[in-house]
Amino acid sequence: MPTVNDFEKALTPTWCPGCGNFGMWRALKEALEELGWAYEDFAVVWGIGCHGNGADFLNCQGFHTLHGRALPVATGIALSNPDLHVIVEMGDGDGYGIGGNHFIHSCRRNVRMTAIAHNNQIYGLTTGQASPTSDQFMKTPSTPGGVVEEPVNPVGVAVAQGATFVARGFAGDIPHLKELYKEAVAHDGFALVDVFQPCVTWNKVNTFSWFRDRVYKLEETEGYDPTDRTMAFEQSMKTFHELTCAPDECRVPIGVFYREEGSFTYQDGLPQLDRPAFKRAYEPRDVSEAMERFG
Amino acid sequence: MAEQKTVAATGNTVVAEAMRQCKPDVVAAYPITPQTTIVEEYAGFVAKGRVHTEYVTVESEHSAMSACIGASAAGARVMTATASQGLALMWEELHIASGMRLPIVMANANRALSAPINIHCDHGDAMGARDAGWIMYFAESAQEAYDNTIMALKVAEDPSVLLPAMSCLDGFITTHSIDRVDVLDDESVAGFVGEYEPANALLDTDDPVSHGAFAGLGGPFFEFKRAQREAMEAARPVITSVGEAYSQLSGRPFDVIETFGMEDAEVAAVVIGSASGNARHIARQLRAQGVKAGVVKVRVFRPFPYAELAEALRGVKAVAVLDRAESFGAEGGPLFLEVRSALYDASDRIPVVSYIYGLGGSDVRLELMERMFADLSDIAAGSAQPGKLVYLGAR
Ligand SMILES: Cc1ncc(C[n+]2csc(CCOP(=O)(O)OP(=O)(O)O)c2C)c(N)n1
Ligand code: SF4
Repeated sequence: MPTVNDFEKALTPTWCPGCGNFGMWRALKEALEELGWAYEDFAVVWGIGCHGNGADFLNCQGFHTLHGRALPVATGIALSNPDLHVIVEMGDGDGYGIGGNHFIHSCRRNVRMTAIAHNNQIYGLTTGQASPTSDQFMKTPSTPGGVVEEPVNPVGVAVAQGATFVARGFAGDIPHLKELYKEAVAHDGFALVDVFQPCVTWNKVNTFSWFRDRVYKLEETEGYDPTDRTMAFEQSMKTFHELTCAPDECRVPIGVFYREEGSFTYQDGLPQLDRPAFKRAYEPRDVSEAMERFG
Repeated sequence: MAEQKTVAATGNTVVAEAMRQCKPDVVAAYPITPQTTIVEEYAGFVAKGRVHTEYVTVESEHSAMSACIGASAAGARVMTATASQGLALMWEELHIASGMRLPIVMANANRALSAPINIHCDHGDAMGARDAGWIMYFAESAQEAYDNTIMALKVAEDPSVLLPAMSCLDGFITTHSIDRVDVLDDESVAGFVGEYEPANALLDTDDPVSHGAFAGLGGPFFEFKRAQREAMEAARPVITSVGEAYSQLSGRPFDVIETFGMEDAEVAAVVIGSASGNARHIARQLRAQGVKAGVVKVRVFRPFPYAELAEALRGVKAVAVLDRAESFGAEGGPLFLEVRSALYDASDRIPVVSYIYGLGGSDVRLELMERMFADLSDIAAGSAQPGKLVYLGAR
């Protein structure tokens, strides 16, 4: 089975030195190695952005789509080949902004697949404009007077919108992130892993040390029950609203917010998806029973 | 002539400057390479109070053009900018803007469309929108991008036109290279474009109107489309008169096509955008060697200058049409199809060859232009037959 080294037999990453994408890349390769999948067991689908450039850096079968469109393309792949594990790599601008409608509908559709969001709170690839998760009042080249709007709360949206696995990781904690990835891909339904991914070049506010000083783990929180949706929703409301918030007054959780086992997936609703389309072509269905009443 | 300042600036910088000088009420935009610096510089103008525009950072181009449409329907002067996938994502709104006769002006930084992914120059994005009912200017240089943007607004808002207009400039080649540009003073531009007086503004509370209502079977849809066609035809003289007025202001000549050596040309290339300079350079060299070579640059693609092209190409023995865009399944690129159509009524049958070049930013080297003119000379001399479409410089 392919190892971390095998997954690296692609182009050398062109991400900026120190970029949070490196941590996410490492965590994913380690998770894939530990899962013990063969190349043909999974496919990765990327959106457009610095995160999407990862399509060139991971040796596997995959699809580099359009800006914002990774989720619907992945949905098509997952439904036409239900044996495949489908992993989406999307950006915050990509997945929560221009492709935001797909995000909402993926949550409610509950197709068996995993969405990983490289949430750097900025448009990295287009050089540093505000994204839908940029903090309010943040100054960027597209918002020199500060961002006017409230940021999107992806974890809150996912929990509210019926996603059946919702987690958040931090690119600066690779072992923790790797475990989240493994749990997410093992989940039977739509799984979201939103990841704090510092963009060291363009986001000078939400840096590695900013997150390190402010994140705590849900699994280390007394009495936290990730199967309790109300608790998950409550925790999801803890976000960095204030650009200037001090580490002690602004604590944000990472880990598994919500997990619903045995949920009704989209695939469950379409029993004809019980085998891949390409196999179905060779196994025509027996329709004699349906024809009987016509004599 | 107006006061002018000579600056060294990129195409994007001077397009942002032209936009600021036109004082739009609303700009709604989404960043995309190679347009990004237009909207970033514009955001800077707004933040510094150098222009009083509602600048809206939306979450996609679909939303950008939608916001522009809403603002324009409400009676605002509206401008924006995009490129490539952004223009493609605006597709349905492009038709709303033209169908509702909203004179929005948009700069487009020409860039190839996916797939495969590419961020470099070709005209596939704009050419894909050529039937969307927008007036389309194409620039060869940063200077032309600046001038076209100002003229486009004046034409679009003309009461006899009222159509949206696109001001296209070549991605990276023109958007990002620093060029010498003469920039008009703010008052001259403001005076030239004047105040916009919307015909049917939503915010006219004395005379409320509704836009975009259903016009289906038995409704006036068909007649609406004819009205758009008539407006596009009405734009022809307006483009010319606005061009003349702008020439007087700026001292820079304007025509919907620009010719080089066409007085006596036997072989000629028709081209759009930044590659025109390369074509002229080789034509000039060839003329020094006694080859009667000429170049026609098309500066306004919609409405297409059929009569002007037919006139310019009269008497030519072989024509190459250079397309930086494809029209798969057609006999040539989009410009080729128009040029051949323009020549249909010509008394002599002029051989026309389609050359596809520079897709996805592939190099437009001088020797490619030489090769193209050499082909034309062979055809003109009768030693070669005009062949099928050529992918100029493809490996
Ligand atoms: C339709 C469309 N609009 C705009 C772009 C330009 N564009 C490419 S990446 C990007 C934003 C990237 O931000 P994000 O999705 O957060 O990803 P990151 O680069 O930060 O990983 C934009 C606006 C595009 N490729 N397609
Ligand atoms: S711009 Fe930011 S997100 Fe993109 S590679 Fe550099 S550090 Fe990473």
